[in-house]
Amino acid sequence: MPLALLKYGFRRKYRGERYIPAPMPLRKAYDIVIIGGGGHGLACAYYLARNWGITDVAVLEKGWLASGNTARNTAIIRSNYLTPEGALFYEESMRLWRSLAGELDINLMYSERGHLTLAHTDAAIRSSRWRAEVNKHLGIDSELVGRAELAKLCPQINLSEDVRYPVLGALYHPPGAIARHDAVAWGYARGAMRRGVEIHQQTEVTGIHSHPGGSIELETNRGSITAGRVVQAVAGMSSEVARMVGVKLPIRSVPLQACVSEPLKAFLDPIVVSGSLHVYVSQSARGELVMGGATDPYPLYSTRSTLDFTEGLMANMLELFPFLENAKVLRQWAGIADMTPDFSPVMGKTPVSNYYIDAGWGTWGFKATPVCGSCMAELAATGSVPDLIRSFELERFGRMQQLGERGAASVGH
Amino acid sequence: MKIIECPLNGPRNAQEFVCGGEARQEPSQDAAIDDWADFVFLENNLKGVVHEWWCHVASNYWFIVTRSTATEEIIATCRPDEFFADRNATDGAGRE
Repeated sequence: MPLALLKYGFRRKYRGERYIPAPMPLRKAYDIVIIGGGGHGLACAYYLARNWGITDVAVLEKGWLASGNTARNTAIIRSNYLTPEGALFYEESMRLWRSLAGELDINLMYSERGHLTLAHTDAAIRSSRWRAEVNKHLGIDSELVGRAELAKLCPQINLSEDVRYPVLGALYHPPGAIARHDAVAWGYARGAMRRGVEIHQQTEVTGIHSHPGGSIELETNRGSITAGRVVQAVAGMSSEVARMVGVKLPIRSVPLQACVSEPLKAFLDPIVVSGSLHVYVSQSARGELVMGGATDPYPLYSTRSTLDFTEGLMANMLELFPFLENAKVLRQWAGIADMTPDFSPVMGKTPVSNYYIDAGWGTWGFKATPVCGSCMAELAATGSVPDLIRSFELERFGRMQQLGERGAASVGH
Repeated sequence: MKIIECPLNGPRNAQEFVCGGEARQEPSQDAAIDDWADFVFLENNLKGVVHEWWCHVASNYWFIVTRSTATEEIIATCRPDEFFADRNATDGAGRE
């Protein structure tokens, strides 16, 4: 391998590989159309082709591949959720993640760092212990650690008691990981295209009509298409797209901002999260600290950045890592998060037949990419809802039945 | 959207306020469960001009903000009685 790499390095011409699909004409009809070319939509297309042999599939993306929340998240992957439904679902995702780079033949830079959720109050210690016990019961590697152990796991954290919210302990999740999010989308896109799926960029859906016969007509900026079945995976625009087909969702669109620091010498191994301080931070392979916080305080569809966010986040960051006082923020951005009232996603059937929805991914969508793609593919292929996502159906709200997920990020305890 | 014109307190920093969600009509007490589920959970979540409840936290004063969720621009603010009187007169969509 090193010799091959050396030879490759000395070559005059580098073999460029095409991840981004070449423009091609849009056909009049497809078996399955996926609206949204982000991680979830592309994963769904890939698993439709791989697991179910369905390749008469088109993915329609209004911008370019993975330009929405797939490229805006902080790339954290974990499964230490609180509800059994959530924890089992994300645990299946972790299983898929571990073999994904090999399967897609692309370097996802999947890096298991360990995930620490800090607790600053007795209430947070209680809910951490609760989460640890639920996790252990389900076979997920998760435990509550005290200050002494925390000091060994992550000596960089400021454990002094003369701060506003001293750290009392943490929920430790050793398999917690980060990955290169763009590569995930590109890998799925290439895998799907190799199997015959069409991916159309710059193709925006502008209207949707469901016909009594069961087929669905989609108007796009490139003409209209008839689809046998449709999967909607447009995080951030879920309510607007669902409105076209007359479906109302339990979602508020709220910006979630994040930022990165200048590259620093590698010093932080685990992913550190504090629900009470609204901080999550990990250090990427190139040394940048990737930092996120709470969602913005009101609904909005604009991806602007605010100084309020950076100031608030840094005040808390410096409480945990005071030595970063001179580090600079390099970039800041926002993604539009689909916030649901119970912090759980909405996946499955809708009142419109043959129209399936994958939405409500708030602050927890990236880590679910493989499992969600695989479950939505099964649903679109077979028309029956996989057990793993049954409790996330849109119907639950009609029954006044929420699935309160207090293990979600950006949720205070 | 840094300053919000509060009908009670005048122009104040946006950080002093919280958003209470879309202003819409509450179903009657004997409405079907579907109507209540819709009212409690579902959202229009419009990209465009919306009418929302906002509260000035320091004075606990609730009022109506008309703003654009596409551009983050505040278009108008008013007292709830003005807003619902106006709505009742035009389309009957006000709260009792």
